[in-house]
Amino acid sequence: MSEVIKNPWTELRRLTAARIALGRAGASLPTAAHLDFQFDHARARDAVHRPLDADAVEAVLRGHTLDVVRAHSAAPDRATYLQRPDLGRRLDDSSRTALRPNPCDLALVVADGLSSFAIENNVGPFLASLLPMLGGFSLGPVALALQGRVALGDEIGAALQAKAVIVLIGERPGLSSPDSMGLYLTWAPQKGRTDADRNCISNIRPEGLSFDAAARKTVYLLNEARRLAYSGVRLKDETDADGLTLAREARPELSAT
Amino acid sequence: MAYAQSVRGQTYRFDDLKSLLAKATPARSGDALAGIAARDDSERAAAQWALAELPLKTFLNEQVVPYEADEVTRLIVDSHDAGAFAPVSHLTVGDFRNFLLSDAADEARLTALAPGLTPEMAAAVSKIMRAQDLVLVARKCRVVTKFRNTIGLPGRLSTRLQPNHPTDDPAGIAASVLDGLMYGSGDAVIGINPASDSIPAVMKLVAMLDEIIARQEIPTQSCVLTHVTTSIEAISRGAPLDLVFQSIAGTQAANASFGVDLAVLREGRDAALSLKRGTLGDNVMYFETGQGSALSAEAHHGVDQQTLEARAYAVARAFKPLLVNTVVGFIGPEYLYNGKQIIRAGLEDHFCGKLLGVPMGCDICYTNHAEADQDDMDVLLTLLGAAGVNFIMGIPGSDDIMLNYQTTSFHDALYARRVLNLAPAPEFAEWLEKAGIFVDAARAKLSDTLPSQMRALAFS
Repeated sequence: MSEVIKNPWTELRRLTAARIALGRAGASLPTAAHLDFQFDHARARDAVHRPLDADAVEAVLRGHTLDVVRAHSAAPDRATYLQRPDLGRRLDDSSRTALRPNPCDLALVVADGLSSFAIENNVGPFLASLLPMLGGFSLGPVALALQGRVALGDEIGAALQAKAVIVLIGERPGLSSPDSMGLYLTWAPQKGRTDADRNCISNIRPEGLSFDAAARKTVYLLNEARRLAYSGVRLKDETDADGLTLAREARPELSAT
Repeated sequence: MAYAQSVRGQTYRFDDLKSLLAKATPARSGDALAGIAARDDSERAAAQWALAELPLKTFLNEQVVPYEADEVTRLIVDSHDAGAFAPVSHLTVGDFRNFLLSDAADEARLTALAPGLTPEMAAAVSKIMRAQDLVLVARKCRVVTKFRNTIGLPGRLSTRLQPNHPTDDPAGIAASVLDGLMYGSGDAVIGINPASDSIPAVMKLVAMLDEIIARQEIPTQSCVLTHVTTSIEAISRGAPLDLVFQSIAGTQAANASFGVDLAVLREGRDAALSLKRGTLGDNVMYFETGQGSALSAEAHHGVDQQTLEARAYAVARAFKPLLVNTVVGFIGPEYLYNGKQIIRAGLEDHFCGKLLGVPMGCDICYTNHAEADQDDMDVLLTLLGAAGVNFIMGIPGSDDIMLNYQTTSFHDALYARRVLNLAPAPEFAEWLEKAGIFVDAARAKLSDTLPSQMRALAFS
């Protein structure tokens, strides 16, 4: 590897996760940096394309003593899913007939989204943090949905007659974050809701937002949504990075009044 | 008005101008998603014949987005220069392609023609051009702009140094800036996509970049890519801001979804001009665009995404920008599905922008859910380098850790420089040599050491 010219600023790497100080072969990427990138890209692509192991995820959910119903969006396969976001937001016919009313405070939807790794790695430990905090809410069955987008939760929540729906979904994978899980809360779910009607908690994974912090934020938002009877842009997340509710004096926009 | 075309005994009908344009567009997922694409390859090929036989003048008489409903259409129609259009006013779209490829269409004639062309004319002719046509004609167009250096000269390729960081950490950003400068990146702009759009956070980043540029005496400019209204407010609070940024699109409704209109863009430009920070010129705007943005905002009026993208360049050119780039593969596979569609779109966007007189660059990029990879980006980079693209992005190792997508790296730009003999902007190339970063800027030969004054930039 003597042809590789190293950069004398390698120690700056501790300051950023960016791929700095890679060195060069001529003016090009050295082999190691090139193959490193290729592997990370392969992981991110596999997260998108490898089908969710729904049986394993269902077993995890049942392990938490949750009822599970299977659902599928109107996108029959991954290629269609990627090109037709509208189909990923609708149930297919058999799922629509299978979902029976089951009035509850909160319905959970677990959907593959854009990263099967995100769901397989994070749903179990996240629910272990969240479920014990959900004392005041009656839970409906968990819909385990394939080829799903966020808005699929609106149709599922409405079919179950849930007051609120939480969608746990695999986020668009980054090169260094192939297994990032997102959470979307929608009060009074029904078809026609938009992103402005939801609250989102992003990047739930051990290297991102911790399971406990995400669970605390979720419960905060859920309680606020129930109090206000709405969710979305008008419902502000007043918790800190650990999901703890900030004291009034620590919130500059409030302490001014 | 409806159009009909007979090809080898079969007749194809097209309801109106916008459906003719949509059906003539080379295949892409976004037009299929919108339900306006050709139903099969034969209909597409027939539509291209019909489009080729259409007089260019048609686009002056029939608008794809209604004049009354859309200020972008009004801008296009009201600012059209009939005198500049006169030399090609008798041509059909097909003849216009022949003219553009001909030796008669040299740099001077194409420059004079630009104000006479509407974006719909540029989009129409691009739809019947192959990749090599898009490269060859774009290469003949020159759009040179200036702020603290000169961008877009022949034989030059500039880069935006993009030192993004997920939490806007100043030390992390400085580390990426140093890395980029040491690889010769940053003559188009040192431009950060901020994680936070709060005004104090933006002002902090503006001040930080200003200090780096001033202390190192770098002949370049900075930009924090935040909403135009945030930049205006930062300027009013005294921020040393070089370029005002905004994402723009080709319809009034799509721009409204970005929270902008032509008036606020004018306000942003006036605010930046008032600071008089440019030493060589007063091109103070930086715009980003991308096919699919109007459809994504449900503001497409049934018009294909490539035609609407060209209309965004009509918005851009009204504000004499320093830089405009299409972020071609960022939007995702529902608009451009794979490497082939991204490559084609990148070439179309660059061609249409240049033909309309816009200083066009390209964010040669893709997301992890698109069917694309580094090989596709290498192909597009090489083609755009040959086409004379004004600038590309430069990011450490192609990996944007803030926006989660892949674009061209510092190394990629050096590859293009070496293969295509492309030097940085002249003022910046001189600085690179003086600062001891490049041994020979024209040949992209780097020094092996870290000059001490550069060390001070990130080592504290």
